[in-house]
Amino acid sequence: MAQLRELRDRIRSVKSTRKITKAQELIATSRIMKAQARVEASRPYADEIVRVLSSLAEASPLTHPLLQERANPKRAGVLVVTSDRGFCGGYNANVLRAAEELQNLLRSEGKTPALYVIGRKGKEYYRFRNREVERSWTGFTNRPEYSDAADVGETMVKAFMAGADDYLDESGGDGVLGVDELHLVHTDFVSMLTQKPTVRRIAPLAVEYKEQEAGTLRPAYAFEPDAQTLFRALLPKYINTRLFAGLLDSAASEHAARRTAMKAATDNADEIVENLSRQANRARQAQITQEISEIVGGVEALSSAGSE
Amino acid sequence: MANMTVELVAVERRLWSGEATAMVAQTTEGEIGLMPGHEPMLGQLIEGGVVTITTSEGATVTAAVHGGFLSVDNRGVSILAETAELAQEIDIAQARREAEESDEQTRARGMSRLRVAGQTT
Repeated sequence: MAQLRELRDRIRSVKSTRKITKAQELIATSRIMKAQARVEASRPYADEIVRVLSSLAEASPLTHPLLQERANPKRAGVLVVTSDRGFCGGYNANVLRAAEELQNLLRSEGKTPALYVIGRKGKEYYRFRNREVERSWTGFTNRPEYSDAADVGETMVKAFMAGADDYLDESGGDGVLGVDELHLVHTDFVSMLTQKPTVRRIAPLAVEYKEQEAGTLRPAYAFEPDAQTLFRALLPKYINTRLFAGLLDSAASEHAARRTAMKAATDNADEIVENLSRQANRARQAQITQEISEIVGGVEALSSAGSE
Repeated sequence: MANMTVELVAVERRLWSGEATAMVAQTTEGEIGLMPGHEPMLGQLIEGGVVTITTSEGATVTAAVHGGFLSVDNRGVSILAETAELAQEIDIAQARREAEESDEQTRARGMSRLRVAGQTT
């Protein structure tokens, strides 16, 4: 008796868990579509800004601190993009592992990593381990806006600029301990089933210039204001665009990872319910069989008693 | 009349693209009018600017454009805005509130939204 009731309780509990995972799966599925659409929608701007930068770079020799390798890099900023919410399988674990590897690599090159974290999961991960985090942002990972990327970008560029005059571990004239390099660790959306944690260096910047098609003449641009001023305004924008692209890709990956994880959980729940129902049925049958044999036994005992 | 291709692109989406006969924008140096066959140029747009495009069908597209760049080459004009809204998308009540903000940047944005939406400030 007791065993049967226990089994039924468990079936009920697994079924209600399944409802949650199934709902999460459906939500994630609809959000992937939206997230992918946003990745697509941000592409024209990214393409255009690369084109503009390329034509600027061709038109005049340009120098900018954001493009220059520091002679003796001591501190390296690591920006990790994680999610705010769990229920997404190995998504955060993978990004954080990639971040750890990068930090080990940086340490082996004699640089001190400085952490910048996006997403609650990453923030908690480092807090639990008592690791120092320079700055963290939360609240927008599943639907990043450009203003979020711009906000992060501004902090990162400022930290990078502040790093220019640092000497060893001493902050320079500006009194701010900046960084000499910036790396972005985020998740690349490869497909619905594959998301790859990726490390990218965002500063010093390697602009992915567009190649001029052979045989075409370069337009002689007029600049308003002059090329240097324009370039100085454009580069941080370019970093923001790259960050934004990284955030959007991470968001799409997060939803895809969540969908996969929740689908696995739902399938698993189905399997458990099936096994448990089988056991429950068997227990029920055993109980009925026992009751019948008890009745039959009782009748037999009575009839044999009467015949004596 | 000659036409040029104009692309109005914001960071998060493409707002408008098509053929146009003329357009007006404001760079940090001043207001600029562009017609087909303009010399190649790159310009930085001001915060809270207004971009007006006259399409080849003779219609007018206006958008509030906040910061960004303008590039002209043989293929046409592209406007890279950080944020931008077409006139019909603007929430006038909100723009009005913004125009009264003390923060200069917010006020500039609100003003340009109102101008685009055809409201007098």
